[in-house]
Amino acid sequence: MTVAIEKPEKTGTETVEKTTPVARVRKISRSMVVAGIVVVWLLLFAVLRGKQTLSLAAADLTDLHSWLNDVNDSIGANRNSNPLFIYGFNEIRLVIDNLVTFIQQLISQPSDTHPVPQIGWLGVVGIVGYVSWAVGNWRVALLAVAGFTFLGMQGLWQESMDTLSLTLSAVLVALLFGIPLGVWAGLSGRVNRIVTPFLDFMQTMPTFVYLAPLTLIFLIGGASATIATVIYAAPPAIRITAHAIRSVPETTAEAAASLGATRRQALLKVLLPMSKRTVVMGINQTIMAALAMVTIAALIDAPGLGKTVVQALQSLDVGTAFNAGLAIVVMAIVLDRVTTAASMREELARKSKNRFQSWRRPLLGVGAAATAVLVYLSHTYVWAAEFPGEGGIGSSIASGADTATTWAQDNLSGLTNAFRDAITNGLLNPFQTLLTDSPWWLVGAALVGLGTVLGGWRAGVTTAVCVGLLVGTGVWSDGMTTLASTIVATIMVMVLGIVFGVWMGRSQLVDRVVRPSLDAAQVMPPFVYLVPFLALFGATRFTAIVAAVVYAAPVAMKIIADGVRNVPATTVEAATSAGCNTWQIITKVQLPMARSALTLATNQGLIYVLSMVVVGGLVGAGALGYDVVAGFSQGQLYGKGLAAGLAIVLLGVMFDRITQAAARRTSA
Amino acid sequence: MARQARQWKVGAAGIAVLGLTLTACGGAKVGDSGSDSAGGSSGKCGTFNLAVNPWVGYEADAAVVAYVAEQDLKCKVVKKDLKEEIAWQGFGTGEVDAVLENWGHDDLKKKYITDQKTAVDAGPTGNEGLIGWYVPPWLAKAHPDITDWNSLNKYAANFKTSESGGKGQLLDGDPSYVTNDEALVKNLKLDFKVVYAGSETALIQAFRKAEKNKEWVIGYFYEPQWFLSEVPLVKVKLPEYKDGCDADAAKVACDYPVYKLDKIVSAKFAKSGSPAYDLVKNFNWTNDDQNTVAKYIAVDKMTPEAAAKKWVEANRDKVDAWIK
Repeated sequence: MTVAIEKPEKTGTETVEKTTPVARVRKISRSMVVAGIVVVWLLLFAVLRGKQTLSLAAADLTDLHSWLNDVNDSIGANRNSNPLFIYGFNEIRLVIDNLVTFIQQLISQPSDTHPVPQIGWLGVVGIVGYVSWAVGNWRVALLAVAGFTFLGMQGLWQESMDTLSLTLSAVLVALLFGIPLGVWAGLSGRVNRIVTPFLDFMQTMPTFVYLAPLTLIFLIGGASATIATVIYAAPPAIRITAHAIRSVPETTAEAAASLGATRRQALLKVLLPMSKRTVVMGINQTIMAALAMVTIAALIDAPGLGKTVVQALQSLDVGTAFNAGLAIVVMAIVLDRVTTAASMREELARKSKNRFQSWRRPLLGVGAAATAVLVYLSHTYVWAAEFPGEGGIGSSIASGADTATTWAQDNLSGLTNAFRDAITNGLLNPFQTLLTDSPWWLVGAALVGLGTVLGGWRAGVTTAVCVGLLVGTGVWSDGMTTLASTIVATIMVMVLGIVFGVWMGRSQLVDRVVRPSLDAAQVMPPFVYLVPFLALFGATRFTAIVAAVVYAAPVAMKIIADGVRNVPATTVEAATSAGCNTWQIITKVQLPMARSALTLATNQGLIYVLSMVVVGGLVGAGALGYDVVAGFSQGQLYGKGLAAGLAIVLLGVMFDRITQAAARRTSA
Repeated sequence: MARQARQWKVGAAGIAVLGLTLTACGGAKVGDSGSDSAGGSSGKCGTFNLAVNPWVGYEADAAVVAYVAEQDLKCKVVKKDLKEEIAWQGFGTGEVDAVLENWGHDDLKKKYITDQKTAVDAGPTGNEGLIGWYVPPWLAKAHPDITDWNSLNKYAANFKTSESGGKGQLLDGDPSYVTNDEALVKNLKLDFKVVYAGSETALIQAFRKAEKNKEWVIGYFYEPQWFLSEVPLVKVKLPEYKDGCDADAAKVACDYPVYKLDKIVSAKFAKSGSPAYDLVKNFNWTNDDQNTVAKYIAVDKMTPEAAAKKWVEANRDKVDAWIK
């Protein structure tokens, strides 16, 4: 469910707005124009309320929706006679299926010839430890070994290995295509421009929308689950690789050319080695995105931890779901730390003393031999193949989570209801009424106007196109309902982001304490916390908003914290010596100087909130999220679900372009 | 050079130590226990692909059928967790052999049985599916007349929530449910608004909380369902169902029919002569049976296999009739 559109790097570098002398005049007039648009909108709303709102009942379809249904049906009916299937999709499926089965039989599933996986737990732990040490350092190796052992102690060894196999195959396939494509996009501006919209699309399109068609094309099973994961996880690798290639200093590339290097040589000897570190970060993002898909892929029978989460949810078993969710978090943290360490290893190694370097090679050899022994043991002996013990830690984690949830439900319910009603009546309902009860053209015009004023004429044009297409999807009214919730959620994300971001940015200690829980909140599958939230807030739009905030706020906090920390210390010192108190320093110095971080945080907050719309549909948010889920569940609503998915993408593109353009302007 | 040689010696020593531990530990070797059925499962049944739709009642069906197929017929059962729509897709592609609990779904029957001819009906499960509007038990006790739809408008204001826009809230659940609720509210002139919770989880949580905190909730629910053994929800009477009163979806003003839940299998599977097909065809039990197994799974937190084993051992006579 992550939409990680990596833009942090861009904003600083691509800022070419040159209107500094008139900036002050323009800024005043800009906010006045915004106010003007809003006032006109409110006036017209009062007059035209309830007219031309383009609302559509839950079971109603437009022609477009029915047409999409027909396309879907005809694919299903002709899949055995269509050459595209026989020679194309079926072959792809076969290859990927074989890959997945191969990795599964290696570490997670028994095969015909071997009643347990080829490599048992001891071997896997050994390999993980050795590889982490070889590509990173001994600290992450220790973390990796501890983490993987913990998975076994949770009683989830096999599920974890299933998840790991699926993640590995998806990441392999994603990198196989992603890295070359990324290199190409990095070398050629035109390719980059063509690829970018597709990547946006792949990341913002709700996964639920393409799950059903994928099973239609690639059948139920490992292949479909892997391909669904690849679609979602490949974009970060492509984007970041392209970015890495582009940010190699031009002088270096020129120097290589002047020394007579061919294009091929320049790429292999200069560009790729120099961008290696960033590319590894891209791989890291791809792994994280693949792990985020684990629970969604479980809906089309992907094996692993996601299945445990989804099944536990059916009987509202929060404890079991949390235990499995925690395993996903642990695996994500291990993989994240290892790849991060891998990306920094060479640099650190160069800095550290050389004495250790000469030891490295022989030690690697010894490690490899030891690992081979462990693998052999785990292949041969039962005690090393099957994780010992009953997973006692897992059941105590589960009952602990159960107790905590029950306590919260019993004791906080009154408080949370009051908070929910205040936000719903005070903020959400007025917004929603304004958006859904105004005529569509009025809302559209207002959006285009605001887009132009905040983001410039390009953003205005994008907004106009998006509004037009939104009307075309036939789910305008649901789109506006979703938009209202999205805006309220983003406001809450920004409030939290500023409070915690400033706090973290000002204190290293707070940062160190808070950051791990932010990481966990981002990786924990939202399905896990839906049940407790439902108990606290009921099946309402507000529950969906809270779920989105939990997911999106960590990103905003991290970005703002970095922004605040990057304010030069000398500036803060100057303000202190001028007699400013803490409050003044924050509001007059640190926040204004971190303004571009704030806009970026808004951008990412919005995108992350939008990526939770479908999850919101599961807990009472209705609107687009429900349409998408319904399209996945019912054949005759398939087309409508697809249209709703498109509408979510359009909202995402619209806001992304506006906030990005605004960010470029503020940082200029 | 000398230093490197020493390192190699250290390494060799390390390997030697590990090698010693290896031989010293020993222990059971993989594959030499031979007691489990890994080798002997190649009966004539072969592989049986069973779809498991996402609700606990279905899981109970699947657990028992899978247990019997594995233990008595020596089939290799592959369970696939899928939503209905996707499970039916699997009939045509050979990935799914049977769906054990179908609720109506005339659209899917038309598409896959009549048009594509990839699926066939394998008869009823013996379960009777009731769909309708339910209230928590405390509410039915406090206001006995609430179980008749005629008095719903009287209480509409009590059912108001932040989501229902000033009207009473009628909570609906998962989008895959068969529902006429919007039409019903309109045609019965009820001062209610249908609010979509979006998932069964959300629906159950709402009822559970309502019973615990004595809150006003009315919503869509169905039987047989394990949750009813935890909170025995009370069904609200709607205008009686008569044949054909639900023919026009927009004009429905009557209760839901009693669904005879049935089993659907792939056409290929029906012709395969597999004993698993006969098992699916003969599989038949009552709502109480299903609720018992569902309760083992959802409330007592037994694994589906353990739950099935417990029920099968206690009901051997019923099971024998399926595999005779």
